[in-house]
Parts: sequence; C-alpha cells; structure tokens
Amino acid sequence: MMKLLTSLFLGLTLVSAPVYAQNSPLRLEIDEGIIEPMPFAVPNFVPDGPAATQFANDISRVVAADLTGTGLFREISSDAFISRVSSFDAPVQFADWKAINAQALVTGAVNVSGKRLTVRFRVWDVFSGQELGNGLQLAGTTDGWRRMAHKVADQVYSRITGEGAYFDSRVAFVSESGPKDQRLKRLAIMDYDGANVQYMTDSAAIVLAPRFSPTGEQLLYTSYESGSPRIYILDVGRVQRRELRTQDGTMSFSPRFSPDGRSIVYSLIQGGNTDLWRMDLASGQSTRLTNTPAIETAPSYSPDGSQIVFESDRSGTPQLYVMAANGGEATRISFGQGRYGTPVWSPRGDLIAFTKQNKGRFHIGVMRTDGSEERLLTSSFLDEGPTWSPNGRVIMFTRETQGASGRATLYSVDISGRNLRPVRTPDGGSDPSWGPLQN
Amino acid sequence: MNVLGKILALGALSVVAACTNNDPSALGGSGAGGSGSIVAGSPSDPRSPAYFQQTVGDRVLFAVDQSTLSPQAQTVLQGQAEWLLANPDYVATIEGHADEQGTREYNLALGARRANAAREYLISRGVAGNRLTTVSFGKERPIEICSTEDCYSKNRRAVTVLTGSTLG
Repeated sequence: MMKLLTSLFLGLTLVSAPVYAQNSPLRLEIDEGIIEPMPFAVPNFVPDGPAATQFANDISRVVAADLTGTGLFREISSDAFISRVSSFDAPVQFADWKAINAQALVTGAVNVSGKRLTVRFRVWDVFSGQELGNGLQLAGTTDGWRRMAHKVADQVYSRITGEGAYFDSRVAFVSESGPKDQRLKRLAIMDYDGANVQYMTDSAAIVLAPRFSPTGEQLLYTSYESGSPRIYILDVGRVQRRELRTQDGTMSFSPRFSPDGRSIVYSLIQGGNTDLWRMDLASGQSTRLTNTPAIETAPSYSPDGSQIVFESDRSGTPQLYVMAANGGEATRISFGQGRYGTPVWSPRGDLIAFTKQNKGRFHIGVMRTDGSEERLLTSSFLDEGPTWSPNGRVIMFTRETQGASGRATLYSVDISGRNLRPVRTPDGGSDPSWGPLQN
Repeated sequence: MNVLGKILALGALSVVAACTNNDPSALGGSGAGGSGSIVAGSPSDPRSPAYFQQTVGDRVLFAVDQSTLSPQAQTVLQGQAEWLLANPDYVATIEGHADEQGTREYNLALGARRANAAREYLISRGVAGNRLTTVSFGKERPIEICSTEDCYSKNRRAVTVLTGSTLG
C-alpha cells in the first residue's frame, strides 16, 4: 500500500481494489488526468465516557477532513458501515471493511479527565489485514483537541504515503476587509485549515506579506505604521513587535528569514531604486547583495541557505534569478513567455514556486531550480504569492477576483495541479506564509 | 473618498488639457495678489493646498510598467514646482502607486520608481530636495476600483501631497 500511494503522488493511477484482494502484481498506469482517491473509513473514535463523546466525534471529523482535503483520499460515509467499532481493543472485522471497499481504516479512542485529553489510534491496511505502523497515544489538554486531531491525521497521511506530514501547522496571512480603495488589513495566524484565527495587529496601518521564521516563533512583515513601508519582527507568542531599522530615509519590504533564522534578506528602496540586502538579526548590520538600477525584490533562500532566488527586471521585464547567498553574479532561470515574480524555494529544495503573468492572466507555477520543467498549476484573473506546505506537496496562494467588488481569498493546490480549493477565513485573506510542522 | 478621487483626477486632467492648449498664467500660481474676493484656503486661493490639488494638479499618470514622465506629466510637475517655489513653507510627500496588474512586491518597487521620477523632476526645477519625501503604496491604495484600463490608467500615479506648512 505504501508503495502504491507513493506512486500515486507521482501522478500514477491507483489500481482498483480487487487487484489488491487477489494479491495480483500491482498494475500502474501513468495518467495525470484520472486519479482515484483512496477510500478510507474513520469510524467515530470510541469515547470512554460522556465527557469524551463530543471530543471523540469532533476529532474523528477533523482527521477525516484533513485526509479528504488532500484530494488523495475519499472518506466512506458512516451510512455504509457494516461494522460498528465500539471498543478500541476489539479485533477489527476486516471483512466488513473490505465489503465497503475501505482500503484504509483509522480507529481510535478518546479519554477525557478534567482538562486532560488522551487520544489513542491505529491505522489499518484493510486488504492485507495488517496494522500500518504501531498504535500511538497522544496526550494534551481539551482546548488543544484540534491539534491532536491534526497530529493523528499527520500520522495516517505519513504512514500511507511515505511523505512528510503537514496538518499540524499554522499559516500567517493578511486578513482583508472593506472595499478595494479603502481596504483594511490585519496580520493574522490560523491553523492550516483556517481554524483558530488569531489577530496579531489591528487594522490601523497597512500590513503586508508576513513570513514565518523557521521555528514558527517569529514573523517578519511589512507595515505602514510609520507612514512608509518598513520591516517589523513579531514575537508570535507575546504578540510583541519591533521595527528592524534600516537606513534613514529608505523604504524596506519583502523580508524573508534565512534557514538558520539568524539573518533576513529583504528589499531596500533608496532614491527610487530597489535592491536586495541582508541583515544580521543579532547585530542589526545590513550588507548589500545587489547593486543595479533594476528592481530586485521577493528574495527566498534555498533550504541549505547557500543560494537566493529573487525577482529582477534587469532584462526589461521581471524574471527569476539565482545568486549565491552573499550576493555576486546572478543566473537567470526563467525564460518562458511573460513576467515572473515572487519565487519561493520549496522546503525539499527541488522546486521553485512562482507567480507568472502572461497574456492578461496570472498563474501559480513550479519549475526546477535551474528553470527547467516549468508547470503552471493555476490560472485566474490574479493569482500570486505562493507559499509551501512543510512537506513541499501543497502550495497556498492569494487569488483576487476582478472588478469593483474584487476580493482576496486564500487557495491551496497540490503540486500536481490537482485539488485546487479555497481556504476558509473569516474575511478576505492574502499573502499566506505556511509555517513549520509544530512539535 | 472615491468621489473625491474622481474630482481630483478630473482636476489633473483639465490642467493637462489647459496646459497643452495654451499657457494660462494661473498655472504659475505665483500671482499671490490676494484680492478681496478670494476666500483664504479655498480652491480659489492660489496659496491654498486646495488650489494646488485642483488647479495646479497634484498628480501625474504613467503608462503600464513605466516610470518615465510624459510631456503632460512634466507640465503638471512644472506647475507644482512653481507653486512650491512660491510657497516655500510647504513640504510635500510624493506617493507612488501602481495598478493591480502585477505582484504586490513588484508594484511596491514600481510605485517607488514613479514617486522618485516626480521628485527628481521637481528638484530639477529648483525645489529643494529636503522638502520632498517619497513613499510607495504599490497597488494597496487604488483610487479607481474597476479592473479595466480606464481605472488602471488613473491608478498608475504619483501624487504630490502637501504635508506641512509653518503657516498652518
């Protein structure tokens, strides 16, 4: 099963279930167009008492929603269930789950005592009748129940696919309300699925493009609270911010952390010209990285910290370039039609996501780090600002609709280009930054 | 806000039109005679910020992706320079803007280029550089909110905002 789904990630068709049952050699067809999600069942986790009932139901639903949301799994409705799971330790009736074609089964139990919440779960490969990995127990507090559900789903996802997890993660973004010409913007953080929104600023000043630190404890962002764009660093836990001072009389924006979290790379505007600089966070000292009359912005480090990909219009139109982390000569990597911007290196290091503008449309795309194998994943009036899930499988971005009533919404898409879906936020949302998997 | 924006934009356009046809002496704005019928601070008062906004024209427009000043833009800025020279107590912030076609980051940088182009022109006409600061709003503050070139052309702008005067 692991091999099969790993293949599915690469764009291969899942074979129908009977092949499994017959233990025939797996037959895989390469077909990007038809991907059959893997059917799974999550019977409601078994509560050990009345206090646990609601948590058991809610946790099961979040686990199922996480898996379904990937587009790789399809939940089998409980209406179809033949077996009821009323005890976590009772033997699983595999025949009953096979009969409804559930290939994966997640069983669990929830215990609540006071504010303490304990979740136990197992993942089953129904057709082989084997447990996938070992049963696990998670303990926490009742107000952290969603995180525990995400952790269960992360385990299920990783065990079945062999990929890194990403459900127990948070996204920083800009919450938007009001009309286009008087838009109010607030910095916010939410769970990856849009739950638990917390606001980090009020809407008194325009705020732009938050960026998580590698540990998720800090955010860089750009604010107009001084009247002109400047970079701030925010302690997420304490919700305390301070300005990262650059030279007097300049504007600064588009900051991003280095992978070790010790420095940032950013754009500085002097005399109307935008160049890239790096700042050592401990000393506050900045070093210039580019020195051209062109616009250089939207820098992003490679995961090993050795290179920076960025956007420059030195050729006449905005294109993508890669240079060493300490500056110097840059190599252009984008050569397709149109304009390229906001490149972001994937956490796996293998791909660069970008915004592309061509013939009046915007796209989110990915390319290899040398610019080859460009693929466009989306197309709309205005898509921009990709950010990577912690496992490098999913991209979140901003989609803005056109016209006087135009509104910004967060969307996510699998790097295969499938499973495009909006991310629900209380108001409009833009400029997502996907943080790391939480501990 | 939007209505005001339209009025301001129309003001700028009418100045452009007037200038290209002929050279009204009002453009200089230096005729600080202050005759009795003029209400101080009103658009008819040549020394007022309202006069600067509406009669001189507080903004210049740009072509797509461009920060070069058109002949019309240069004429407006010439008027702004003369007004600023005649009213030395004012300082100004030039706000650069872009339309929504483009990424947030690129537009922020583009707005800065536009604001700077206007500032450099004013300095070349004799306005002291220390009276002129710039800020870019990128695509964050459009004045027109439709998604057609009609609106975009008005959003690609550099607006000279009078920010201070010892005269109050």
